[in-house]
Amino acid sequence: MNNPMGEFLSDLTRYPFLQHALIAGVLAGVACGIVGSYVVTKKISTIAGSIAHTVLGGLGAARYFQVVHRWDWCTPLWGAVAAALLAAVVIGLVSMKARQREDTVIGALWAIGMAAGILFISQTPGYNEDLMSYLFGSILMVSERDLWLIAGLDLAVVAVGALFYNQFLALCFDEEFARLRGVRVEWFYLLLLCLTALTVVLLVTVVGIIMVIALITLPAAVAGEFTKRLWHMMVLSAILTVVFTTAGLAVSYGPNWPAGATIIVIAGAVYLSSAVGLRLFRLKS
Amino acid sequence: MSAMNGKNVVTVSDVTFSYDGVPVLEDVRFTIPERAFVSIVGPNGGGKTTLLKLMLGLLEPSRGTLEVLGTSPARARTRIGYMPQHVQLDPQFPVSVLDVVLMGRMGKGTGWGPYSRHDRAAALDALRKLEMEDLEDRPFMALSGGQRQRVLIARALACEPEMLLLDEPTANVDPAAETGLFELLHDMSRTITVVVVSHDLGFVSHYVQAVVCVNRRVMVHPTSSVTGEVIRDLYLSDVCMVRHHHRHG
Repeated sequence: MNNPMGEFLSDLTRYPFLQHALIAGVLAGVACGIVGSYVVTKKISTIAGSIAHTVLGGLGAARYFQVVHRWDWCTPLWGAVAAALLAAVVIGLVSMKARQREDTVIGALWAIGMAAGILFISQTPGYNEDLMSYLFGSILMVSERDLWLIAGLDLAVVAVGALFYNQFLALCFDEEFARLRGVRVEWFYLLLLCLTALTVVLLVTVVGIIMVIALITLPAAVAGEFTKRLWHMMVLSAILTVVFTTAGLAVSYGPNWPAGATIIVIAGAVYLSSAVGLRLFRLKS
Repeated sequence: MSAMNGKNVVTVSDVTFSYDGVPVLEDVRFTIPERAFVSIVGPNGGGKTTLLKLMLGLLEPSRGTLEVLGTSPARARTRIGYMPQHVQLDPQFPVSVLDVVLMGRMGKGTGWGPYSRHDRAAALDALRKLEMEDLEDRPFMALSGGQRQRVLIARALACEPEMLLLDEPTANVDPAAETGLFELLHDMSRTITVVVVSHDLGFVSHYVQAVVCVNRRVMVHPTSSVTGEVIRDLYLSDVCMVRHHHRHG
C-alpha cells in the first residue's frame, strides 16, 4: 500500500493498539482543552512543566516497586498520578505560604523528580527502555487497562473543571475579588493545580514528559487568539488538541515517525502560523 | 462622627497598621453610620487604600480592632460591594462584560454550577444602572479605561451589598459621567451605606455627608465644616507636595 493515510485508516480498523492510541489522544485532548485554558489564563505553565517532570520520578518508583517488590497493581501510570498530585500540592502550599520562593521550588521539583526517576530506573533489574519512552511519548503502547485509567482521569478533570467554572474563572481573572465574594481561593488554587497534574499525566502518555508543556499551552494559545470568552476558548482548544493528536498519529504512522514529536510539530506550526497570520491581518486592516 | 440613624456599620477603634515597621495608619478611630454617604480623602500614599483593605479584612491591623456590619471584617466582606482601584488584569483575558459583572454574584448561589436566571437579571440590572447594558457581550478588555471602571462598579453593585466601598471610582471617568455616578450613589445611599475613596475633595463634598480624612492619622469632618483650612491641614501637615485635580462638570 503506498498511500500512508490509507494505511493508517485500514490498520485502525484492524489493530487495537492503534484504536487505543486514538481514543487516548481524544480523551487527553478534551481535558487538555479545559485545563490548558485555565493554565494559560492563570499563567501557571511553568508549574505544569515542573509537575510533568516529577512524573518521571513516579513512573520510575512505580516500576521499581512493581518489579523488585512484586507490587503488581503498582503500574507506572499510577506512580505518575501520585507523583503529579504530590508535586501539585507541594507547589500550591509553597506559593500560598511563601510567594517569593515559588519559582525556586518549581525548579527544584522539576530536577528532583527527573533525578529520582533516573535513579529508580537504574536500580530496577530487567529491560526498562520503555520507561524512557515516557520522556518522548508512548501513545502506541497504551494498553486497555491504561485506557480505563485515562478515561477515569479525563472524566474527573472535565467534571470538576466544568462544575466549578465560575470559581476558576474568578480565580484566574481577579483573585482578590473572588476572595471577597467568599470563594475559598487557596482551596480552589490547589484544586486547579491538582487538575493540572492529572491532565499532565494524561498528556504524558500522548506526547511524553518533555513535550507536555507544549500541548497544554499551544492549543489554548491558538484558541485564545480567536475567542472572547473563557469557555469558548476551552471548546476550541479541546477541538484543536483532538485534531492535533489525531493528525499527528495519522501522519506519523505511515513513515514510522515518533507520534509525540509529530503531534507537537503540528501544534507548533499551527500556533506560529496563526500568531504570524493574525499580526499580518491586523496590520493590513 | 456621631451616629445619625442610631446604628454604626463601621467602627474602627484605635487601629494602627504598619508595613515592615513603617506606620501607614496610626491610632485611627472613627465610625460610619448606617445609610451614610461618606468619602475617604487624603493624599496619595496617605493610607486610604490600606484603610479600605483593613475594612475588608484583606489586611489585619497591627493594633486595634475593626467592626464592620456588626461582625469582623472577614465575615462581613461578602455583604460588601467592593471596587478596587488598580486591578492588575491580563490584557488578553477572555471575558465578556457580563461575565465580569456576574462575578459579583459569586457566593450567592450553590457554590457550583452555572449562574441562575436571577443572578443574570441582577447583573444586567447593575449594568443598566451604569448605562452599560448595550455592552454586555463586548470583550471586557476591548473597553476604554472609563468603561472598564464602570463595569467594575456594576460588579460591586451586582453583589446586592449592604455597603459599597469604591476606591477612586471616577479616576478614568469623564466629568459628565462622574456627575451621573455621584447622583446614582447618592440615590443608593438611601438604602445602603456608600463609602467612596477620592482625592477630589471639592467635587465629592457636594454629595457626601461626611469626609474621612486619611493621612497616616484620620480625622472626620461633617461636610459643612470642610473649609479651606481643613483641606490645607490635611494635605500640608505631613506632606509638602499636593497634587490637585480640579474637575468641573
